[in-house]
Amino acid sequence: MTHLTDLTAKTAIDAITSGDLDAAELFDAYRSAAAAEDLNAYTWVADQTPDLGAAAAAPLRGVPLAVKDLFCTAGVPSQAGSRILEGYRPPHTATVVERLAAAGTSLLGKTNQDEFAMGSSNENSAYGPVKNPWDRSRVPGGSSGGSAAAVAAGLAPWALGTDTGGSIRQPAALCGIVGLKPTYGTVSRYGMIAFASSLDQAGPFARDVTDVALLYSHMHGRDPRDATSVGHPEATVLPTAERMDGLRLGVPEDLTGEGVEPGVMAAFEAALQTARDLGASVERVALPHADYGLSAYYVIAPAEASSNLARFDGVRYGRRSGADDLVSMYTKTRHDYFGDEVKRRILIGTYALSSGFYDAYYAGAQKVRTLIARDFTAAFAGVDLIVTPTSPGVAFPLGAKTDDPLAMYLNDYFTVPISLAGLPAISLPCGLSEGLPVGLQLAGPAFSENRILDAAYAWERALAFDSTPSRIGAAR
Amino acid sequence: MIDRTQVLHVARLARLQLTDDEVGRMSTELSNILGHIEKLSALDLTDVEPTTHVVAVGSALRPDVVRESLPREVAFEQAPDIADDGFRVPSPQA
Amino acid sequence: MSVEYETVIGLEIHVQLKTNTKMFCSCALTFGEPPNTRTCPVCLGLPGALPVANAEAIHLGLMIGMALGCELAPRSKFDRKQYFYPDLPKGYQISQFDEPLCAGGGIGGVRIHRVHLEEDAAKLVHAGTSGRIHGSAASVVDFNRGGTPLAEIVTEPDISSAEQAGEFLRLLRTTLRVLGVSDVNMEEGSLRCDANISIRPVGQAELGVKTELKNMNSFRYIEKGIRAEVARQEALLRAGEPVTQETLHFDPRTEQLTSMRSKEEAHDYRYFPEPDLTPVLITPDMLERAHAALPELPAARQERFERDLSLHPDTAKLLAWRTELGDWFEAALAASPAGYDAAAAGPLANWTTNELITRLGTDVDPATSNVAPAALAQLVALVAAKTVTANAGKQVLDVLVAEGGDPAAIIEAQGLGAVGGEDTLAPVVQAALEANPAIAERLRGGDMKPMGVIIGHVMRETKGRADGGEVTKLVRAELGL
Ligand SMILES: [Zn+2]
Repeated sequence: MTHLTDLTAKTAIDAITSGDLDAAELFDAYRSAAAAEDLNAYTWVADQTPDLGAAAAAPLRGVPLAVKDLFCTAGVPSQAGSRILEGYRPPHTATVVERLAAAGTSLLGKTNQDEFAMGSSNENSAYGPVKNPWDRSRVPGGSSGGSAAAVAAGLAPWALGTDTGGSIRQPAALCGIVGLKPTYGTVSRYGMIAFASSLDQAGPFARDVTDVALLYSHMHGRDPRDATSVGHPEATVLPTAERMDGLRLGVPEDLTGEGVEPGVMAAFEAALQTARDLGASVERVALPHADYGLSAYYVIAPAEASSNLARFDGVRYGRRSGADDLVSMYTKTRHDYFGDEVKRRILIGTYALSSGFYDAYYAGAQKVRTLIARDFTAAFAGVDLIVTPTSPGVAFPLGAKTDDPLAMYLNDYFTVPISLAGLPAISLPCGLSEGLPVGLQLAGPAFSENRILDAAYAWERALAFDSTPSRIGAAR
Repeated sequence: MIDRTQVLHVARLARLQLTDDEVGRMSTELSNILGHIEKLSALDLTDVEPTTHVVAVGSALRPDVVRESLPREVAFEQAPDIADDGFRVPSPQA
Repeated sequence: MSVEYETVIGLEIHVQLKTNTKMFCSCALTFGEPPNTRTCPVCLGLPGALPVANAEAIHLGLMIGMALGCELAPRSKFDRKQYFYPDLPKGYQISQFDEPLCAGGGIGGVRIHRVHLEEDAAKLVHAGTSGRIHGSAASVVDFNRGGTPLAEIVTEPDISSAEQAGEFLRLLRTTLRVLGVSDVNMEEGSLRCDANISIRPVGQAELGVKTELKNMNSFRYIEKGIRAEVARQEALLRAGEPVTQETLHFDPRTEQLTSMRSKEEAHDYRYFPEPDLTPVLITPDMLERAHAALPELPAARQERFERDLSLHPDTAKLLAWRTELGDWFEAALAASPAGYDAAAAGPLANWTTNELITRLGTDVDPATSNVAPAALAQLVALVAAKTVTANAGKQVLDVLVAEGGDPAAIIEAQGLGAVGGEDTLAPVVQAALEANPAIAERLRGGDMKPMGVIIGHVMRETKGRADGGEVTKLVRAELGL
């Protein structure tokens, strides 16, 4: 084999198990690649190959893991893409990172992201934008852009991301890899630097569905340190389905192609035909309130964010601006070290919660959330899974939308309603448009991860999208 | 829709200093975003319960059992200003 | 004609709950440890840390609700109350806004509005040496106290005087102490009280403008503070000036009221449901456990003393509201020769609340004195049996208080036994009449007023061991009346 970093994690684990591959050798290959990368995907990379003795004996065999920067990792920089946490090394480690370490992954590096996960292009990072490995003049998507780019470019076999309104699925789509946003509550949020608590959920990125399933199988579980965590009612099974017989797929009625790039729509339609060929039926479903999803989301997420980010006050950790009086210390610190998008959302969120506006905005949005959740419940009475393009467009050029927050927010049109309802969804690559990957989103009822993974696996085999990192250069 | 005065009021609540320039820019941008959010007012939401937690969970309570606290030097390690065994801040009354 | 004003007071009481750990993390509660040694990622508000509610705090909250006769919510949720202050690490306090754990109820004639749970703030101390926060340029934060579970008890505005406020707080404190839910120590801050005070002309339905008197840390200061504020408001109104809504601080040393937040903008706490915590569902099991843990409370004990022991309401209240006194009294009653019995209870209660307390001092727990409960019970029984007179009994009690011991033995040793019966007392009476011939003459003539002189004479001769009634009887017999 020429490229160790072309191996999927599962293949590498099998090779380590059989003695054909040395865990340290694999780690070193990734570490060298990550240390030399020029996508700006990493904000920190392990400076040496750790002793992998114990990890190599665990199920995941010491296979390296890239972790989005907003997961706290004890003693290792955890900056969440923000200047206010520059150099911050927490004393605690996120539960999911601990679980994965216990399962045998080893921490390869921390990946770049939009500041506090606010963004869809990774251009809101205080540590510079991440480049899309398919085309370095384009964005990788966000907010987990560094994780997605790293996995796509062979800088990590798999990675952890978080998804609040699409932050795993959209970058997975734009980078041509697989990303799963699990059911809200299945993965502990403890140690994940919060953006919007009622929406944030950790999930895996990998180059194929099997790896995503494998990583996820070690992520979920009830955590006594996260009161909102419920774990997963059943074990995650590595998918084996080759067909989609009898599977009823639903396409939202209002998905007519309007607002979606033609190339994306074409790839999507072709994928639907592939599904039919595999035995699935495709029908239309009504989601009458999904269209209100973005509006509700852009109240709820900023409102919770405005509160979650209040702790960054320059008192106990993080950066502080000098001032003689307390209020100036607060306001200067937060002015100097928060980026523009963060400020925007803090202001919107504070406004939505302020006296006189709460009922119209925050309470209203939470009610719309109820309506959207009901829509999905009704839809899933008629179909097994709902399918949409993950993103209305392919990766866009760096800087193309930075001056228009609203246009940027529209990237999340298809992903946000599912987040509001707390449902699981996967994005898998389904083809190319203008030489860039197109993602397909497959969503199901709460805790239907196994069904989603099975369908995605069968579909992935039939679609035969090549995400081998060393070939991405050729695809460009 | 959200004017400079409101931006300043909200910024004060959020303890966020804004330059004159930023106030103007934020006022425009926030107005656009709020304009989009206005869409919500088209819906009749009477009798709709708000959703706070999407996944129904029972009480998740913690047993009253002590676990070790952080060593003080660890608690202080990342702090910008430590004095007199505490986190020093400009006096609120100054 | 001058206007009469009436006072309307509502209280907000913060009670630190006696759990092992903090409200939302597993740090032990602090008892004066070195600063910042009881912290963790949760109570320091580190990024990514999440709160998990302490089951025991909910349990204690339910006990408080039951003790105050509140309605207990089947479902209760937490909310974020947002403001920036260095003692608030997350930029919000987790509290309860619109679904408190308990609502309604009342105690001691004051209605309870609600009881909710929240986390305490950390401690902010001046960094200088002045001893006051005011004026020093820097402060330091100690997060040991931050996150301590608090129950906030809010009353309806049912209190009409400083004295009533003090009385209510004493009953509440005793109740909470008996419940065992808190140390309820005002000096140490485990019980803190704010008062909302307004006055209005008698007969006016509408409430006057209220002010909030903050953080008073002793009963005496609360009463003094309220009196000072009522006087201030009345002076304003009589001078034709309005009362402004504000928060005041009462300095017990100078007895001055100062406005605390005059220049600060009005608060907008932006409450919203805490997304990190799921609502607490109060199960029948939780209710049962809380109910089983309830001891007899002062109000119920007073009622029982009145009903079962026929004690005078004032006596019953004194014994029931001072738990240690009530406990001592009941121990004595159980040890009395007649057993735990209503007949013995009245005199024993009177001896306890009058004679004993006077000798020990009002604030002394009799359990720490030389007087054993059984000793007082025996003494009271001896007095009832006229083995010893009430007067001599008091001398016996003096000895008990001074050195303890057995009443019968003291009576024997000091010769304090009652002098009674015709044989011993008649000669003393005869001698008294002979020594006071003029008085004897008046008595013989039917003028009974100077009887006291004879009795006094007999008492002197017997060192108070004679029974006054018996002496009178013997005088009459001697004079043939
Ligand atoms: Zn703690």
